[in-house]
Amino acid sequence: MALLEVQNLEIAVSAKGKLLPVVQSVSFSVDDNETLGIVGESGCGKSLTALAIMGLLGGTTVRITGGSIRFDGMDLLTLSERERRSIMGNQMAMIFQEPMTSLNPVYRIGDQIIENIRQHQKMTKAQARDRVVELLSLVRIPNPSERVDSFPHQMSGGQRQRVMIAMALSCDPKLLIADEPTTALDVTVQKEVLDLMADLQTRMGTAIILISHDLGVISETSNKVAVMYRGRVAEAAETESLFLELAHPYTRGLLNSMPVVDSDVDWLEAIPGRVPTLEEELTGCAFHPRCASATELCLTTVPKETEFKHGHSVQCHFPGKVAP
Amino acid sequence: MLAYTAKRLLTLIPTLLAASILVFLFVHLIPGDPAAILLGDTATPEEVAQLSSEMGFDHPLYIQYFIWLSNVLKGDLGTSIFFGEPVLSVIGSGAETSILLASMTMIWIILIGLPIGILSATKHGTWIDQMTSSGAMLAASIPTFWLGLYLIMIFSVTLGWFPSSGFPSLSDHGGITNLRYLLLPSLTLAAPNTALIIRLVRASMLDVSREDHVRTARAKGLHPTRVAIKHIFRNALIAVAAAFGFTFAALISEAVVTETVFSLPGIGRLVVQSILRRDYPVIQGVILVIVVLYMVINLAVDLAYARLDPRVSLK
Repeated sequence: MALLEVQNLEIAVSAKGKLLPVVQSVSFSVDDNETLGIVGESGCGKSLTALAIMGLLGGTTVRITGGSIRFDGMDLLTLSERERRSIMGNQMAMIFQEPMTSLNPVYRIGDQIIENIRQHQKMTKAQARDRVVELLSLVRIPNPSERVDSFPHQMSGGQRQRVMIAMALSCDPKLLIADEPTTALDVTVQKEVLDLMADLQTRMGTAIILISHDLGVISETSNKVAVMYRGRVAEAAETESLFLELAHPYTRGLLNSMPVVDSDVDWLEAIPGRVPTLEEELTGCAFHPRCASATELCLTTVPKETEFKHGHSVQCHFPGKVAP
Repeated sequence: MLAYTAKRLLTLIPTLLAASILVFLFVHLIPGDPAAILLGDTATPEEVAQLSSEMGFDHPLYIQYFIWLSNVLKGDLGTSIFFGEPVLSVIGSGAETSILLASMTMIWIILIGLPIGILSATKHGTWIDQMTSSGAMLAASIPTFWLGLYLIMIFSVTLGWFPSSGFPSLSDHGGITNLRYLLLPSLTLAAPNTALIIRLVRASMLDVSREDHVRTARAKGLHPTRVAIKHIFRNALIAVAAAFGFTFAALISEAVVTETVFSLPGIGRLVVQSILRRDYPVIQGVILVIVVLYMVINLAVDLAYARLDPRVSLK
C-alpha cells in the first residue's frame, strides 16, 4: 500500500446552481522517497487536485464529488475537520506558487514557522525557535540566527520560497505537495530550489508531489509523471518510460512546444486550439478538437484508461499511434 | 520612531498657521456686527462704536489676525464676548463632557463594531452576515438627531431608565454614576460610526481572506478561529486603523447635533450657541482646538499604522 493513493477522484465547481466537473476519475499513488510530477496547462485541474489532497478546498465553491484519497492508511475524506487539521502542516505539507505573497506580511518569518511547529508539537517557544534556526540553515538561508527575525518583505523571492520549504518541513512531513514551486522564480533560483527539494528528499525520505506546467522541470525531478488534460489523467508512467515512448498526442504536443536551447528553430510548435472551457459540453475525448489524428470514434466515445506498456497507462483510443 | 514623531510635530506648524488664517477669516464672513449683536437692539451707534474699538473690531482684518495670533501663541485665546470670561476656560468647561462623550463613543465603536465586523466576515454569505450587514446599513442611514430623539422617547420618557438630558460633572454629587447621562448620547453618536466600522472590518477581512498567506495559514492546520483572528483580522486592522482617524473627525461634527439634542454642556453645543451669539473668539478658539486635536489624532493614526504594518518604514 502506497503512502498516498488517490482513486477515481472527482472534483466539481458549483456555478449558477450547476455542478461543473473539473477533475474526473483521477487516480495515482505516491510512495515514500518518490516524486510524482503532475504536468498540464493552466486549468487542467492539477492545482485543485493538490488542494483536495491537502484539504484546502473548504470555503470555496469547489467540492469533491467522488472517489477516495487514502493517506498513510487513513481515508482522508471521511476524517473530521479536526482530524484533518492535525495532518495538515504536520504529516502533509504544501508549498505554493507565489512565494512573494504566501507569507503573512505582518509577522516575522521565524514566528510564522514557530506557529506551525507549536501547532503540532509540544515545544516551548525557545525550543521551537532553535528548531527554526536549524531549519533555515537546512534550506541554506545565510545567517539563519539573524534572518529568523526578518519580515517577509526583507527577503527575496527565492529566500521566501526557502522559508516556505523550511516551514513545510518543520514537522517532518511524510508528503510534501509543491504546487508550481519555482514558476515565480528566476531561472537560476529555480534550479537551486529544485536541487534543495531533491536533496532534502534523499535526506528525509519525504514523498513529493511536484506540480508544474514545465515538462523540463518534471523530467529532471520526478520518478513518475501524470499528464493531466481538462481534469483527466491523459497519460501516466514512470518518467523514463514516458519520455521513451509517448502514448498520448497531448503529451507529444507539450513536448514539441518546448523550446530547445541549442537548436536553431524559427518556429516553435504549439498545440492548435485551446482548452475547452468548463461550460462547453464536450462529447468523446476531451482532446479531440485539438488532435490531428482524431477520428469519428474520438468524437463520440470517451477513451477508457488502457495499459499502453507495463506501468504506462493512457486515455487514448489510438495510444502511441500519434503523428509525430 | 521618536525622531519621526518630532519631525511630524514640526511639520504641523505651517499647517496650523494656514488653518488659523482660514479659521480667522471664515468666522469674519458671518454677517452681522458682533458689537451690535452683543449690545442688543436698543444700543445707540455710539455705544456700538465704542465697544467695537474696545474689542479691536475697528482695526483692519490683518491687524486683528496678528493680534489674535500673538495672543494665541501666548495661550490667550481671547475673551468670550458673551460670557466675558477667557475663551480657554469657556472651552475647558465643556471639555469634560465632550471628552467623556467621545471616549464612551469610541468604546462602543470598538466593543460593538470590531466583534460584529469579524462575525459578519467569518459567517460571510450566511443569514448572520445578512442580518448584521443590513443592520449596519440601517444604523448608517439613520440621522443622529432622529435616533437621539427616539432613544429619549423610548428609554427616558416611556421606560424611564436613563435621564434624557444634561450632564452633571463627575465631581458633582453622583460621581461615576453620572456617566449614565452619557449612555444614550454616546450610543446615538456611536451608531453610524459603528456601522461604518462593521462594514469596513467585514470588507477588509474578506479582502485579506483571499490572499495567499491565509491559505498558508490554513495549510498549517490552524483552527479556523485562529486563522480568522491572528491572520485575517490582524491584516485587516491596518485598513481599519486608518478609518479610526476619519471616524474621529466624523464624531466631532456629529457631536454638535447630539449634544444639542441631549442638551449636554459640551463643546459641540458651545459651538452652536456661540455661532448664534456671534461670539467670534469662542468660535475661533473651539475650531482651533479641534484642528489641533484632529492633527494630533492623525499623527497617532500614522504612528499606529507603522506599528501595525512592518512594511511601513518611518523616515
